[in-house]
Amino acid sequence: MPTRKAVADGVFTWPSDEPRLLGSRCTDCGNHMFPVQSGCPKCAGSDTEPVELDRRGTLWTWTIQGFPPKSPPYLGNDDPATFEPFGVGYVELPGQVKVETRLTVSDPAQLQIGMEMELVIVPLTTDDAGDEIVTFAFAPAA
Amino acid sequence: MSDEVAIVGIGMHEFGRHDGVTGMQQGVIAVRRALADAGLKWEDMQFAFGGSAAAGAADTMVSQLGLTGLQFINVANGCATGGSALFSVYNTIRSGVFDLGIAIGFDKHERGAFRIDTRSHGLGDWYGANGLALTTQFFGMKINRYMHEYGITHPTLAKVAAKAFRNGAANPMAWRRKPLSEEEILESPMLSYPLTQYMFCNPGEGGVALILARADKARQYTDRPIYLKAAAVRSRRFGSFEVLAPSIAVEHNAGPTVDASKAAFEMAGMGPEDMDLAQLQDTEAGAEIMHMAENGFCAHGDQERMLHDGDTEIGGRFPVNTDGGCLANGEPIGASGLRQVYENVLQLRGDAGTRQVPDEPKTAYTHVYGAPGISGVTILAR
Repeated sequence: MPTRKAVADGVFTWPSDEPRLLGSRCTDCGNHMFPVQSGCPKCAGSDTEPVELDRRGTLWTWTIQGFPPKSPPYLGNDDPATFEPFGVGYVELPGQVKVETRLTVSDPAQLQIGMEMELVIVPLTTDDAGDEIVTFAFAPAA
Repeated sequence: MSDEVAIVGIGMHEFGRHDGVTGMQQGVIAVRRALADAGLKWEDMQFAFGGSAAAGAADTMVSQLGLTGLQFINVANGCATGGSALFSVYNTIRSGVFDLGIAIGFDKHERGAFRIDTRSHGLGDWYGANGLALTTQFFGMKINRYMHEYGITHPTLAKVAAKAFRNGAANPMAWRRKPLSEEEILESPMLSYPLTQYMFCNPGEGGVALILARADKARQYTDRPIYLKAAAVRSRRFGSFEVLAPSIAVEHNAGPTVDASKAAFEMAGMGPEDMDLAQLQDTEAGAEIMHMAENGFCAHGDQERMLHDGDTEIGGRFPVNTDGGCLANGEPIGASGLRQVYENVLQLRGDAGTRQVPDEPKTAYTHVYGAPGISGVTILAR
């Protein structure tokens, strides 16, 4: 039976009913980072600890990817005939960090800077074994 | 600061697409043209700094130019490769080690948007797999936020691109030499909202070489030396919003362009008000608008009025991207920053032909920006 596999380990908690992005927190200055990293760009400290980031935030900026990204490295559909534009943005997780993310919405009329967003897991592609590869995105909050 | 270093020779290979000509050959041709411009021979070059992002190691070109045994150091610094080569030649001459050398940049890229090697940028494979490893997305997102904050409109983006293609039409070295109307630009396919196809530059091909000399020896080689008053390169600081960033800090920092610009003005003992013209990184139309303010030439938001009034046209109050910029020339990464300096030398010599800035400009400014958040600035004066 096909399973849903994360695009990579260590980027978000998976499998999970309430997935969260995995980041780091600096034990010296409290700065939050995404993805996980060992050093802090803010205070140049070298001690960080793993942290699960907040699932909700606000849209800081956005664009629409209007043409197929080159593959590799892109794993999604890059066929110009069937490619569907997708939204990309930075979502500000209050007091933590702004994360770059795919958006579930790709209509400019439905995207406004400052709107509430929440983390979801979406299909990206299907691998050779027939398993669905999933990744993270942000959707307008319900 | 006294005049320490002068540009005494310039050479360029046409930008564009040149099937059957390698990027390195274009670099060699640029070197030969710079030598001819200065009346010098390759044997006269005491040292070289050169680089490309995708067209090979610059120092191998000595097998075509002549095995003279000179010190030749390769530079690899992303979009600031050419600017870093120039910075290195400049400081080598200032240090007194040598007094005549050459900066070389060339490149040749595949068609379409840059294919990003995520690992070489320190990014996880998942980042590219997700469809996030595109420089074009950053530019769309940065100008979208900027338009929201400062009231810049879509037609103003089109005005920037229309100016670039108009100026490119007057530049025999440019790739895109056909003027386009603001309507054609706005109605072309939307690549990365709010930026359309004709608002973006393309990765391309070309080469540029610049010969520099100790200023007190410059008149041995040219009767029109152009002095390099400042060259500064800066990387990003915490809190700036940069290309290919999986995350950015909640707090805000102005970014490497502001830092490089301030450093260069301080070195030159000049300010933005002293500049007669500028070449500013215009990877896309929004970048030119934002970089006008980041380099200190206007307040944030003033660009809307300035573009409307034609201030940055060749005959305007402060001409910007007189050679058509990246939009009309394309972006061969290694050569792009040196192209800007080449254009400024032409303008300060009065050799820019039908795109010459009027009233004999005396000072000129260049600015490059690129991944992963690096800016290079030069200030020239005659």
